[in-house]
Amino acid sequence: MNGNMVIVEFLLFPGLLFTAIAGLLTAWVDRKVTAMVQMRVGPPLLQPFHDIRKLFVKETCVPEGGAIGLFLLAPLLGLAAVALASMILWRALLDVEATFVGDLIVLIYLFVMPALGVMLGSFASRNPLASIGGSREVKLMIAYELPMVLAILVPVIQAGSIRLGDLLTAQPPILSVSGVLALLVSIACMQAKLTIVPFDMPEAETELSGGALIEYSGPPLAMFKLTRAMMLFTLPILLLVLFFGGLLTGPVWQRWVIGFLVWFVLVAITIVLRNTTPRVRIDQAVRFFWGPVSVVALVAVVLAWAGW
Amino acid sequence: MTKRTIVPIGPYHALQEEPEFFKLHVEGEKVVHLDIELGYNHRGIEKLSESKTFEETVFLVERICGICSTSHPLACVQAAEDAGDIPVPERALFIRSMVGELERIHSHLLWLGLAGHFLGFNTIWMWAWRFREDVLNILELITGNRNHYGMMKPGGVRRDIKHTDLPAIASLSEGLKDPIKMFRDAVVQDPLIHARTKGVGILTREMAIAYGALGPTARASNYAIDVRRDHPHAAYDKVDWDVVTCENGDVFDKAVVRILEMFESIRIIEQCIEQLKKIGGPVDSDPKFVAAGEGIGHYEAPRGEVFHYIRSDGSNRPIRHKVRAPSFMNVPTNRETVIGATVADATIILAAVDPCYCCTERMAVAVDSSSGERMLDARDLIRLSCEKTDRLVADSGLQGPSLPIER
Repeated sequence: MNGNMVIVEFLLFPGLLFTAIAGLLTAWVDRKVTAMVQMRVGPPLLQPFHDIRKLFVKETCVPEGGAIGLFLLAPLLGLAAVALASMILWRALLDVEATFVGDLIVLIYLFVMPALGVMLGSFASRNPLASIGGSREVKLMIAYELPMVLAILVPVIQAGSIRLGDLLTAQPPILSVSGVLALLVSIACMQAKLTIVPFDMPEAETELSGGALIEYSGPPLAMFKLTRAMMLFTLPILLLVLFFGGLLTGPVWQRWVIGFLVWFVLVAITIVLRNTTPRVRIDQAVRFFWGPVSVVALVAVVLAWAGW
Repeated sequence: MTKRTIVPIGPYHALQEEPEFFKLHVEGEKVVHLDIELGYNHRGIEKLSESKTFEETVFLVERICGICSTSHPLACVQAAEDAGDIPVPERALFIRSMVGELERIHSHLLWLGLAGHFLGFNTIWMWAWRFREDVLNILELITGNRNHYGMMKPGGVRRDIKHTDLPAIASLSEGLKDPIKMFRDAVVQDPLIHARTKGVGILTREMAIAYGALGPTARASNYAIDVRRDHPHAAYDKVDWDVVTCENGDVFDKAVVRILEMFESIRIIEQCIEQLKKIGGPVDSDPKFVAAGEGIGHYEAPRGEVFHYIRSDGSNRPIRHKVRAPSFMNVPTNRETVIGATVADATIILAAVDPCYCCTERMAVAVDSSSGERMLDARDLIRLSCEKTDRLVADSGLQGPSLPIER
């Protein structure tokens, strides 16, 4: 594959443009299901697109005395990272051979970037509420990354490889005890990675009025929102590849149907969790992830090692 | 991080729907000091009231607060009735209690929804407000209005309830029970709500008494104060109901007290409907004037006791009208409950007293704490304003207005 193709893949399909559109559609699903749960009507299909388009034509205000360069570059970091992560995932899904050894490690790093972007942006914006939000984001990330990586270890141990292609062809971990435990851990961590209720304390509208993102407006804010939507689309795909990879067999249509169903169930779990829980405090979240969640993740790793 | 920073909640903040200013002095995430600044929304209601007739005054105080829009008028007409020894027909008393209790249910549901929203639990918010619509529909059936009912007048109520409407109202209020039961179970059983609200923002009984806390804020701290029972008015001494109290005084208990009170309200409404079926007669004694004298009126608003004082000189207007809303007593308890909590808890604690700022507003005066002198008066403000105009004129090079004000 030549260099130009990679750029096209990154910008159009399955990278930025595709992930953005799919992400915004997922965001619509989120908003519509949320509305149905809350006995509301909910937005029309294109509402998330209108929202993002409108933000892109709005003025960009920068805080006085903040680190302007960092402030404006921070949203790009997350956006680029998610687009790249999505591209790697989709290339593996479309062609099992088109993967490279260690791409799972790259993915883990790429999925850290959006949180890092929020952190950098919040500290660059020189606002007390933003810095509280930023420090919560740091604590939250420290809390969920450990169990997340432990959970990802389970499919890795079972397949004996850190290449996505091998994970997709191996026996699906979800059929084992350790795989189920690891999936549960991953769902909890996914909720935190997406910073949605009950783990939305970095933004906490009613506590910090937007917290980490309080100073953002216009296109940079749109990029953060877009990143969030793309994460909502991409993270369930990561879990799909990790835990249900081997189920995606048979004719093409069958693979797509199974894949879509599993993805939709994962997104639905996220949405339902978000609508049936209150926001927890940051100390409670850290205790939750380092306590029960990490223990379950460790048990899963040990079980995976023992071949369960 | 031991550097002390200020986290502002207000003057305009997503947490509160009204202008108010809580300065949280925080070290890290811990609140170490709290400044409460009110006075952004002062409207001079008491002074306005002195220029209105007794009938108009009721409409004026109804607009003190959109949520307690029966509590203020009811306290106000009781004050006028007290001042002029005006009799009230018995049927009117039951209608007053009924509208008052419906208002309590809608206010508590509104609070419950907001509390859910503050915790990030938006489903509770939407559901509570969805079922609040049913209450507003009943109120619309009875009074013709969803929120400002215009029901109270000195000597009775403005509208009678038709006998033929009573069964429909009874079945509608029966229909409120299931949603409220659902909310009770959702709050009492949800472990995450426990984690966020139990043991948070505890107001001890001693402190509730010391601060003079009122209403659900006090009752959650096991301080059974309820002016409906302690100083009977309307029909509250003619129906059977209980004062709900809780033990701990934390946010959880404040929620539980309010939810259980809604059941008591439905009980009162049901009994009022039964009584209204039996009691006929007029609903208005139609007084022509309020005799000279002074009177007080209490009503247990959803947030606590609202108090009105009226002095009449025998003319058709009050010469003094004093209003004290419950939030005036409840908001200062935040100093007891917020300090020591984290920022995350502070918001729900601030909201747990169900503050109503437009009821509470007083004119704010800045006083030097050491000398006791006023720091700014009207003359100073005019001087500052003129100086700014002068500065603008000097900077712009324009002529500017000539200011004939003495400085």
